[in-house]
Amino acid sequence: MSKALPLLEVKNLKKYYGDSSNLFRRNPEVVKAVDGVSFTIEKGETFGLVGESGSGKSTIGKSILRLSSITDGEVLYKGQNIHKLSKKDMRNLRPKLQFIFQDPYSSLNPRIRIGDAIGEALIDHGLVDKSEIRERVLEVLDICGLAPYQIDRYPHEFSGGQRQRIGIARAIILNPDFIVADEPVSALDVSIQAQIINLFSDLQKERDITFLFISHDLSVVEHLCSKIGVLYLGTMMELGSRDQLYGNPLHPYTKALLSAVPVPDPTLKRERIIIKGDIPNPADPPKGCKFHTRCPIATDMCRIEVPEFREVEANHFVACHFA
Amino acid sequence: MENPPITIASKSKAEKRKKSSLWGQVLQRFLKKKIALVGLGFLLFIFLFSLIGPFFSPYATEGVNPTQINLPPSSEHWLGTDKLGRDVLTRLMFAGRISLTVGVGAMVLSVTFGALLGILAGYYKGIIDQIVMRIADILMTLPSLPLLFIMAAVMSEWKVPTEQRLYIVMLMLSLVGWPGLARLVRSQVLSLRERQFIQATDALGLRDHRKLLNHLLPNIVPLLIVSGTLSIGGAILSESVLSYFGLGVVPPTASWGNMINAANSLIDFQKRPWLWIPPGIAIFLTVISINLLGDGLRDAIDPNMKRR
Repeated sequence: MSKALPLLEVKNLKKYYGDSSNLFRRNPEVVKAVDGVSFTIEKGETFGLVGESGSGKSTIGKSILRLSSITDGEVLYKGQNIHKLSKKDMRNLRPKLQFIFQDPYSSLNPRIRIGDAIGEALIDHGLVDKSEIRERVLEVLDICGLAPYQIDRYPHEFSGGQRQRIGIARAIILNPDFIVADEPVSALDVSIQAQIINLFSDLQKERDITFLFISHDLSVVEHLCSKIGVLYLGTMMELGSRDQLYGNPLHPYTKALLSAVPVPDPTLKRERIIIKGDIPNPADPPKGCKFHTRCPIATDMCRIEVPEFREVEANHFVACHFA
Repeated sequence: MENPPITIASKSKAEKRKKSSLWGQVLQRFLKKKIALVGLGFLLFIFLFSLIGPFFSPYATEGVNPTQINLPPSSEHWLGTDKLGRDVLTRLMFAGRISLTVGVGAMVLSVTFGALLGILAGYYKGIIDQIVMRIADILMTLPSLPLLFIMAAVMSEWKVPTEQRLYIVMLMLSLVGWPGLARLVRSQVLSLRERQFIQATDALGLRDHRKLLNHLLPNIVPLLIVSGTLSIGGAILSESVLSYFGLGVVPPTASWGNMINAANSLIDFQKRPWLWIPPGIAIFLTVISINLLGDGLRDAIDPNMKRR
């Protein structure tokens, strides 16, 4: 193989919930939270994963870092299957793969000073000598825009935006190759969101970290991500580079999502595609194309046949019969 | 007009800095609970009374004096003497040492077992959880008093020396005390482990002992302090009951329970109230102070748990 190995490769990832039939319990209702998703992330890239709530974004993020188990499929990090690693190997790999949580209020232990919270993983993994810890913590605090005197404070003394900075500091102090950021700004208000997003783009430039950025905010994703995947009910609908996706969306779902992004220009007339109804019950997904119940261009074929996820142009994939 | 608000703001900020530590805030809230402070005061008094009191007494705990039996309270014997001529006040102090030791010792043991097993069961779930919780269930279904009686009877059968019975009683009490605590801790840990900051420790790849000791334990310490404090009262009561029936701490070692037992004839009950009223009051005061203190601590540590 002449082509370099991608940093992360997700192959046919499946995660089913509720498949817990046993001797005492029949539970036929299986929720297919993630149903056969595949994508690759190259080194230095920021991959954006978008979709409505319940589309399986967070589940994918957690499965990739083995924070939750998977039903089927493979997650390859530099060619190693993360879900097959021994406990010890996984622990050694952990510092390289970090996670930033959605809710900055519950992702910090209320009884641990933030300096300890940020530095403890370095100590636990024996990466840095104890005498240097404080220095390293101060360094990442500075990068994340926090003041040195805040090192000895408890999480409850910080605002949401500051807490999210602490969560980011906790992740980057380990010098990770890859970070999954699970809706890191959705719990923050808009002015703070901008600051955190700028922090992310600084980190991209300065630290050469590869990101998987999970969001439901398309304008944030457009700002940060080079490659974007659109999820619907646990299935990838469209996957392509930012320019392909925003310039030439092929899937009707992507088109509808993009047409819903607010544009700060009241004079601009746009074609607004409105999709009706709610996301269907994932325990009983529609047959055929999962989107056909809400699709403006659905035909009989869509109700019966599952569209293939095919490459329409170079590196631009879509799962629609009409694309 | 704009200046005053600014000074107020900066002043309150300065105050905020002072009480930044979590336990500092707990202390501040606790100091506002008058009733709990009364409980703490009584408890301190009883501790000092039992610990230091005997040094000021001219009588020995086993100072048998056949010439001075069953004397009513007088200036010489403030609380009178018992049927062997021993000074009741002095015995009350020594008995206090025993009862408090048993209470605190049983609490420490049951909190240790309960916290340890509860954390392990809650964190690892699965087979460990099943084993620990089924044992706890079995111990909780057995009525504790008969169980204690049987164990105490076995102890008497084995002729355990009286000095050591004290420690065996502690162990027995903690044996019936830990299951309730383990359940509390387990349920707390089950809810904590779903919180994002515990998931974050997974993402950081921390070792299990660090997750359990640095992340879970500090979050259940408030629970342990409160239920531990409250369980001292229960342990003292149980010890008194056992000793009253002659199954716990046995004479000549004095405990509040067996002092009451020594007065269980009708004549003693009617004619010599100085034999049984003081230990009764001592038990009552101690247990009620502990409960007041425990309630106050609970409100101070976790204001959300119960706010009126």
